[in-house]
Amino acid sequence: MKLLVCVTKTPETTAKIAFTANGTAFDTNGVQYIMNPYDEWYALVRALELKEAQGGSVCLINVGSPSNDTVIRKGLAIGADEAVRINAEPKSSLYVAKQIANYAKSEGFDIVFAGKESIDYNGSEVSAMIAELLDVPFISYASHMELEGNVATVSRDIEGGTEVVEVATPFVISAAKGLAEQRIPNMRGIMMAKRKPLKVVEPIAADDLTEAVGYELPPAKSAVKLIDPENMDELVRLLSEEAKVI
Amino acid sequence: MSNSNNGTIVTKGAKEDRFQGHDYYNIDELLEEDHLLARQAVRDWVKQEVSPIIETYAEKAECPTHLFKGLAEIGAFGPSLPAEYGCGGMDEIAYGIIMQELERGDSGIRSMASVQGSLVMYPIYKFGSEEQRRKYLPKLASGELIGCFGLTEPDHGSNPSGMVTNIKDDGDAYILNGAKMWITNSPLADIAVVWAKDESGKIRGLIVEKGMKGFSAPEIHGKWSLRASITGELVFEDVRVPKENLLPNVAGLKGPLSCLSKARYGIAWGVIGAAMDCYDSALRYSQEREQFGKPIGQFQLTQKKLAEMITEITKAQLLAWRLGTLANKGKATPAQISMAKRNNVNMALVIAREARQIHGGMGITNEYPIMRHMMNLETVLTYEGTHDIHLLITGMDVTGLNAFK
Repeated sequence: MKLLVCVTKTPETTAKIAFTANGTAFDTNGVQYIMNPYDEWYALVRALELKEAQGGSVCLINVGSPSNDTVIRKGLAIGADEAVRINAEPKSSLYVAKQIANYAKSEGFDIVFAGKESIDYNGSEVSAMIAELLDVPFISYASHMELEGNVATVSRDIEGGTEVVEVATPFVISAAKGLAEQRIPNMRGIMMAKRKPLKVVEPIAADDLTEAVGYELPPAKSAVKLIDPENMDELVRLLSEEAKVI
Repeated sequence: MSNSNNGTIVTKGAKEDRFQGHDYYNIDELLEEDHLLARQAVRDWVKQEVSPIIETYAEKAECPTHLFKGLAEIGAFGPSLPAEYGCGGMDEIAYGIIMQELERGDSGIRSMASVQGSLVMYPIYKFGSEEQRRKYLPKLASGELIGCFGLTEPDHGSNPSGMVTNIKDDGDAYILNGAKMWITNSPLADIAVVWAKDESGKIRGLIVEKGMKGFSAPEIHGKWSLRASITGELVFEDVRVPKENLLPNVAGLKGPLSCLSKARYGIAWGVIGAAMDCYDSALRYSQEREQFGKPIGQFQLTQKKLAEMITEITKAQLLAWRLGTLANKGKATPAQISMAKRNNVNMALVIAREARQIHGGMGITNEYPIMRHMMNLETVLTYEGTHDIHLLITGMDVTGLNAFK
């Protein structure tokens, strides 16, 4: 069984979010990066469990610059067999999906895993686009998955409940909490990862259909306003004119 | 307290561990990828396994023995010994970083790993026969066996060459008599690496196994420090130790001292973790706690404390890193290790005390890790060569004159 796991790099969860002065890009100054937890804890670990149970191989794929290699190497330390980095800035979801789909098509994978979203831009788009570009089924928000032969039974988190679907390989699946449990790499894994192949592939030409033109931080939380109980008119005025709730 | 689903005790209302590392001089740029991965892995493990339980175990003066398995799984036992014996095959800087992250959790947890790796596995690897290596190292690496190290005696601490524990030749075995004191892990240990004088007065190392007749390891109670680590004695009354358990490749004090050099090296790194945890907590507290209408971090005297803390941590990091690069080349001298151990432990203890002040009254409670680190560091200041003895080692190294006797 050939398994491909899409991994992305995201700012560490306690990073202070800021944008460049003109508001057109994320300010990376002083930011530390981690592997997107949905990719690492759920997608990658479930792929490794399948490999351990049924044999096969797990390949990681990432679109990004050489500075992503530490994050990719962590995936190898956790247990993936090999990795591919498409050497390009991940400009948009579609651009990334086209790069990954192109590689996946040439290699022929049984299952392509990804996290349900990245914890930075929260698009939840790339995995669906990969499925579309590969013309294979897509199962999103998977919280449980069993595989019998080439048929997977997948539980999906839906509003107020769970949906159970069956799908035959090949398919693309996006992983939610519950699909697996985080594995911390051990020292032997870290040393073995040094010798595992991390292949760098140049990108294909791919057009973007959208362009991010600006970013804004949410407004800062304002201080609590205290109003004299005798002054009800002022309270009503503030609720109406400033808070705009009545 | 409540029982979690894996049966361990979790402190009720345990606060989320918000620790972040500090790297004022971009020392990360001097580290390799595997060092950074090892640090993150151990930091994650500590946040998951140690932080939620440590205050409770320290308060009860109980060793969280279930963590031995986890320490083994993460690869904290003998990480720099070769992979062919089930160990990590990493370099000395990686070993230091692992100790730093464990001690960031608790000095007692770091001690569990220091003893197993530096004081039990290292001498078996360095001075043991190939048969002894294959028999013990993989089981020690996997946590199947727990080890301890017996050098210090009730009347011989800083002067180990005065030891009275001894062995007498008795055909196919040695007869071991004597007692050892302040032995980390001893009441739990399956094996003990014990140093004793032979009939000619030479110090030799032996592997003593639990269950050998005449061997006992009573626990030492009443410690106000390293409360989550178990400490005991080793008592030998005519214990017959088979000759095949003698470490064949060393005689003399250099055997145990070379083990101590390894452990001291790990401590020089480890205490940076405890210091960083105190600084990290104090920095956050100084930004959240307000007095006179502003965060206490805005007052000059608080800033003085914080600025001095990060300065001293940065110096200690550079000392440890340089010592690590020397150790990787096999060039770190025992005297250089003494300097780093002494400087860094003292640095951490001073920072713990300053951090306690920044936390005000909260600093004395187990809501914060400060007092626990401070009490632990009092032990670390003394064990593995006291603060004063290490100074005399430096003194002897620079003058060529021995002030010990």
